[in-house]
Amino acid sequence: MDPMAAIRETFFQECEEQLAELESGLLAIEAGDSDPETVNAVFRAVHSIKGGAGAFSLDDLVRFAHVFETTLDHVRAGRLAATPETLKVMLRAADILSDLVRAAREGTAVDEARCAALADELRALDPNGGVEEEDDLSDLNFQPVLVQLDGLDDLDDFELTSDPRHVFHIKFKPRPSLYAKANEAALVLRDLRELGELKVACDASDLPHLTEIDPEGAYLCWDMELTTDKDETAVREVFEFVAWDCDLEITQEGAEGAASGADADAEVAALLALVRGADQNDGEPVSAGVTESAMTGATEEPPAAQVVPLPVKQAAKAAEGELKAASPTIRVDLDRVDRLINLVGELVINQAMLSQRVLEAGLARASAVAVGLDELEQLTREIQDSVMAIRAQPVKSVFQRMPRLVREIAAITGKSVRLVTDGEATEVDKTVIERLADPLTHMIRNAIDHGLESPEKRIAAGKPEEGLVRLSALHRSGRIVIEVSDDGAGINRPRVKSIAVEKGLIAADAQLSDDEIDNLIFLPGFSTASEISDISGRGVGMDVVKRSIQALGGRISIASRPGHGSTFTMSLPLTLAVLDGMVVTVAGQTLVVPLTAIVETLQPKDSEVHGLGDNARVISIRNKFTPLIDVGRELSYRASAADPMASVALLVETEGGGRSALLVDAIQGQRQVVIKSLEANYQHVPGIAAATILGDGRVALILDVDAVVATSRVEPAFFDDAMAAVG
Amino acid sequence: MSGRELMAFRIGAQEFCVDIMAVREIRGFTPATPLPQSPSYVRGVINLRGAVLPIIDLAARLGFGTSETSARHVIMVVQVGQQAIGLLVDAVSDILTVSGDAVQPTPDVASEMAKSFVRGVLAIDGRMISLITLDNVLPALESEAA
Amino acid sequence: MSKTILTVDDSRTMRDMLLLALSDAGYRVLQAQDGMHGLEVLQQEMPDVIVTDINMPRLDGFGFIEGVRRDSKHRAVPILVLTTESDTDKKDRARRAGATGWIVKPFDPAKLVAAIRRVAA
Repeated sequence: MDPMAAIRETFFQECEEQLAELESGLLAIEAGDSDPETVNAVFRAVHSIKGGAGAFSLDDLVRFAHVFETTLDHVRAGRLAATPETLKVMLRAADILSDLVRAAREGTAVDEARCAALADELRALDPNGGVEEEDDLSDLNFQPVLVQLDGLDDLDDFELTSDPRHVFHIKFKPRPSLYAKANEAALVLRDLRELGELKVACDASDLPHLTEIDPEGAYLCWDMELTTDKDETAVREVFEFVAWDCDLEITQEGAEGAASGADADAEVAALLALVRGADQNDGEPVSAGVTESAMTGATEEPPAAQVVPLPVKQAAKAAEGELKAASPTIRVDLDRVDRLINLVGELVINQAMLSQRVLEAGLARASAVAVGLDELEQLTREIQDSVMAIRAQPVKSVFQRMPRLVREIAAITGKSVRLVTDGEATEVDKTVIERLADPLTHMIRNAIDHGLESPEKRIAAGKPEEGLVRLSALHRSGRIVIEVSDDGAGINRPRVKSIAVEKGLIAADAQLSDDEIDNLIFLPGFSTASEISDISGRGVGMDVVKRSIQALGGRISIASRPGHGSTFTMSLPLTLAVLDGMVVTVAGQTLVVPLTAIVETLQPKDSEVHGLGDNARVISIRNKFTPLIDVGRELSYRASAADPMASVALLVETEGGGRSALLVDAIQGQRQVVIKSLEANYQHVPGIAAATILGDGRVALILDVDAVVATSRVEPAFFDDAMAAVG
Repeated sequence: MSGRELMAFRIGAQEFCVDIMAVREIRGFTPATPLPQSPSYVRGVINLRGAVLPIIDLAARLGFGTSETSARHVIMVVQVGQQAIGLLVDAVSDILTVSGDAVQPTPDVASEMAKSFVRGVLAIDGRMISLITLDNVLPALESEAA
Repeated sequence: MSKTILTVDDSRTMRDMLLLALSDAGYRVLQAQDGMHGLEVLQQEMPDVIVTDINMPRLDGFGFIEGVRRDSKHRAVPILVLTTESDTDKKDRARRAGATGWIVKPFDPAKLVAAIRRVAA
């Protein structure tokens, strides 16, 4: 990629980070954070966006960022108070800024009227009435011209002789402060010499006796005559950095008067040599000022000496310091990481195959080969864990998108909403994060639109006018649990039930527990046009949310208390690449059951298994009847029922906390398996979550426990019909 | 139209061909892991260098009844859109170079099932070879089938 | 031997642009993410010129320049400040803190190199 295009890409990535920082900073201030560093960080975010945008000539972005930056600068300087009203404007400005960044990135148009209106709102906050801004802006608009000037300079170089020649008399007397800032008179002379013909006379009359020289002092003064084709601006530009720290007189004349400067250079050289000599006699370390500039000018060899390695201890200390500063990061193309993850996946499979072959070859467990293989396995596992960790990212990136959503929906619904987030640092695979955005967006919309009551109703119910939506994440037993809760009215069960009856989802006389009623909202077809509002709707119901969570290998459940609100709980795997599974045999086939679903394994006893109706059976576990599901029959691997006494039961927990027992023929063992998609080359298979490749090189299927349990409740005839329909 | 390369293969006594550009490799038969709730022509999945590859019994797919597989069967790995699919066939017979106008319309005698896959027929040295399209070899999506 | 330039900027974009322009011009480039980090880098490096941003977390450009000027090892190293616009107020503060010169953002490579040449022997 062209390096500038790569930097442009970096700029937009960085913008995303800065926009996130901007928003979280503004929200923190809104929540009462009065740390000046928070305001500074917010200011810096906008400032950096403006700086980068300027480099890429993104004028709309620069212009808006500039207005915003000015407002933030007032806040930073204490000229403008961060009142709730001010913050509301600034949060909306942050949204506009984010739109402008996206428009710049994608090259799309922005709503200019909206930008202009908000820029006006920002200016209206200005305690000075926003007068100076216009000046600054015009200043900005001039910047491209600066670049062009450089081009003209280059042109000048080619046309040296065509311009009329000027003669300047320059009197230049550095002050000590010039040297203190690491400027050097000698460099100024060098640059002047590059402009044309320079005659120099050094006035050393102020130079005290050597013993009285202050190393920080400035004693020399230069009288110069410059003959050049450049104008006075160009001459003054040479003095740009030193103008404050010297006495300078520049006069232009037509005559070509010759000064006694012919010997001046020699004089200066002699003088410098003198000073250098004095220093060497003193044996004192050189610190700064004239003496030092002389030193560095004369001794060219030391730079090499400075690369001499530091003493080990010191280097270690420095390294430690750097670590503390900010753990260094590199940016890597995601494709490369994924290729690495795939390769490590292959390595794990190959290692397992090798182990199995060695075992089959009849080598003793204690043999050197077997021991070596054990170590290889250990290493492989560690490599795999480390590689997986590369893809892990905090959920912050998706959580950060929610405040804006909440503001927008609050505005549309006329509800007052506060969003509280928790556990933003919780890490999970990048793919999981990316695919969480849509379901989370929908759930938060839903929580505000359907969950929270109108302000009037809330006040009438004795609740605070402002509704609360809480979004949290945490790690629990190898999974990430994300909750979206609101303090609204809770699920209106009578209404949900009547809708379900109306839509034919349940029988009119169905006896359902509260929990079962709440879960009706996840049924396909529950949410339809008649109740789709502008916000939550868009044709998407909770069934779609549920399906997208399930597609990630996750589960979702709801808990609701009338009058107190609802909580949606999602539990998702930390990675989509590997899974800890129990390898089992069913009707001659090898299957993998995700370990996270399994509560315990048991050997059914004759007295515990009871028939129920035609085909269904239950097993009594600690005096609780639990559905016994024959996996072989569910998956149509065999027609006849398995003998429970010759089988093993896996007690599994499904979404919503229900328990079932899965009947399998035998357990082969536990192992971590690399998840392979069936969809990549085929399609989704009911009851199967994914596939994996076992040590013998064959494909084994990973059971979708929730799906198998769910379909087992459907009439047994279902599968036959389905088969007929497909075949 | 310039010459077009086709790969010919046999299923029972009949010969078929597909565009050679779609063929990725030919490999010997390996037992597949059966997939539950799948049509009978889906033999299952195999491991193709780390990827999970579905195996379609082409004879069954074309409505000729399931193949009795043996070691002499081969799997033709073909690319259909973004997906790689293994086609179980009796044997690969030939690589043909034909001109575009050599393809004749499918005769009316073919069964409805076969017709949905056969694009046309070729007459080569007295043999009849049916050119088939691979677009529909996989089952329709679950939602449509159920 | 090519000169070493230390760039101090919290913006990755800006660091990348400085790196591109300076390494194209044949300089060896060191990078720091803020003033504090810059001072840490200076514990083990002796750059010929420092280019620093002003607005940075932890330690801003002014504090960084003051820190460098207080360090006897580095007090004579030329420091160029990156400023947006021709902000005279900022230039003045930077000068008082001990900056050698400045570069106005957005800069082009030629201008950047010219400014470095102006302060480097």
